[in-house]
Amino acid sequence: MSVLIFVDQTEGHIKKASFEVLTYGAALARQMGTTAEALLLGTVNDDLAALGKYGVKKVHQVANETLNHVDAQLYAKVIAEAVTASGANVVVFSHNQTGKAVSARVAARLKAGIVSGACALPDTANGFVVRKTVFSGKAFANVSINSPIKVISLNPNSYKTVAGEGTAEVVALNVPVDASKIKITAVNKVSGEVPLTEADIVVSGGRGLKGPENWGVLLDLAKELHAATACSRPVGDAHWRPHHEHVGQTGVQIAPNLYIALGISGAIQHLAGVNRSKVIVVINKDPEAPFFKAADYGIVGDLFEVVPKLTEEIKKMRAAG
Amino acid sequence: MKILVCVSKTPDTTSKIAFTNGNTKFDEAGVQWIINPYDEWYALVRAIELKEKDAAVTIHLVTVGLADCDPIIRKALALGGDEAIRVNADNSDSFYIAAQIADVARQGAYDLILTGKETIDYNGSSIGGMVAELVDAPYLSLATLFELNGTTATITREIEGGEEVAEVSLPVVVSCQKGVAEQRIPNMRGIMAARTKPLKVVEPAAIEALTSIMSYELPPAKAGVKLVSPDNVAELVRLLHEEAKAI
Repeated sequence: MSVLIFVDQTEGHIKKASFEVLTYGAALARQMGTTAEALLLGTVNDDLAALGKYGVKKVHQVANETLNHVDAQLYAKVIAEAVTASGANVVVFSHNQTGKAVSARVAARLKAGIVSGACALPDTANGFVVRKTVFSGKAFANVSINSPIKVISLNPNSYKTVAGEGTAEVVALNVPVDASKIKITAVNKVSGEVPLTEADIVVSGGRGLKGPENWGVLLDLAKELHAATACSRPVGDAHWRPHHEHVGQTGVQIAPNLYIALGISGAIQHLAGVNRSKVIVVINKDPEAPFFKAADYGIVGDLFEVVPKLTEEIKKMRAAG
Repeated sequence: MKILVCVSKTPDTTSKIAFTNGNTKFDEAGVQWIINPYDEWYALVRAIELKEKDAAVTIHLVTVGLADCDPIIRKALALGGDEAIRVNADNSDSFYIAAQIADVARQGAYDLILTGKETIDYNGSSIGGMVAELVDAPYLSLATLFELNGTTATITREIEGGEEVAEVSLPVVVSCQKGVAEQRIPNMRGIMAARTKPLKVVEPAAIEALTSIMSYELPPAKAGVKLVSPDNVAELVRLLHEEAKAI
């Protein structure tokens, strides 16, 4: 019995979302009175023993370069083998793009029940009940996993990452890896931007910005806050901003620490994508904008006047330390 | 060329979400049901576009649900599906649903299986991956573009921090999102034709559900917004820093 945590890597580095699931998986193992172990596929430049500081005792590595690229079919086979080899009865993924591609396949292969989009530690006092978001963030469901092996994929930004002390034992795991049936012909990474689902702070713009040429005020604020940028659906549909920035029910669903909405009225579909944010700030000139009802802080005013002032004040605060 | 499109019935995006029976059941009162937008706008419409380019393409629809799914299946047929299969079962467990679909998929020997990236009710993002595993096909998730050239599919898909372009030989399972196609509205001819298209109801295979929903909860209500004057932006910064500790 153990908790096996899938560690996600890209271009030789472990993803930030993995530190969150490592912390989560280690906490779950403590709660269940068992040990937490990690699994890494492929090769990385990072020090794997250092993952011990998130609470894992052992890191299994399948150091096969074919696995440096995510192919869900190969991954599922290898991960399922690792689950069997390590005797794990709980497998934890991040519900990021890789987790979405792989976790369900692993679950089906192992005939394991899965809760994807989990947002809290399971209740293991009486069975194994995991809380997850449903209805695109408008509600939660408590889901019981009834199979011997359980798979959880955790919504990013749901659990506080904690790094302590500790070193993990790194163990090579030899699992045969098939040739991939998928040929990758191009990879385009958006460099220099904070990935939306991993961002602590997100600054988002709506139709109130009136046109793509006015995004400067938003970008300045985002830069000052080291924030990711997002937009509402009409803005994405009008191609004022790239569609991967669209947050909402049919776009990306996010849960940052701070969400700042500029010129977004707050339609129910938009709220569904952002209402798990810990703090919501709304700046809108319409006092009747429904978003104010879902906000923690608000300013009723012209964003083109308020936002540059906000950026200045944050600069001042930072300078004052 | 045979395409299987997986469709699911979901509440309309504007639905008020509430629960009954001691928070164990979704309150369907006054809810308008639609085809899950990702299944309809992207997966199904892309299949229809492929059929428009190549008359040899057949589109089958599959859904797992009870007879109350029939109106949305008829709508999917009106948009352009050729025939539909409804597995007559009511279950929220993703493995149960995927195993039923995989059963249908194996019997139909499809070249291509398309799903939406997730449903907007349970948000599992699981069905595509599970079906792919159960039929042992490659799986490409979160597609934003899908092209077909003979028996080779070229798929642009979202990955961590960007996108990639992948080529794969059929059969393949693909989950679709925005970019793959554009939403359409069924025309009168389609609606009339849909009435006579086959909608086969099959009984479910004996599959054990691996999860069950114990209860639902609504998020706690917000305490209420604290409004700050636009002439006192410094106060907002102070609140975010000292009170909310968010910056």
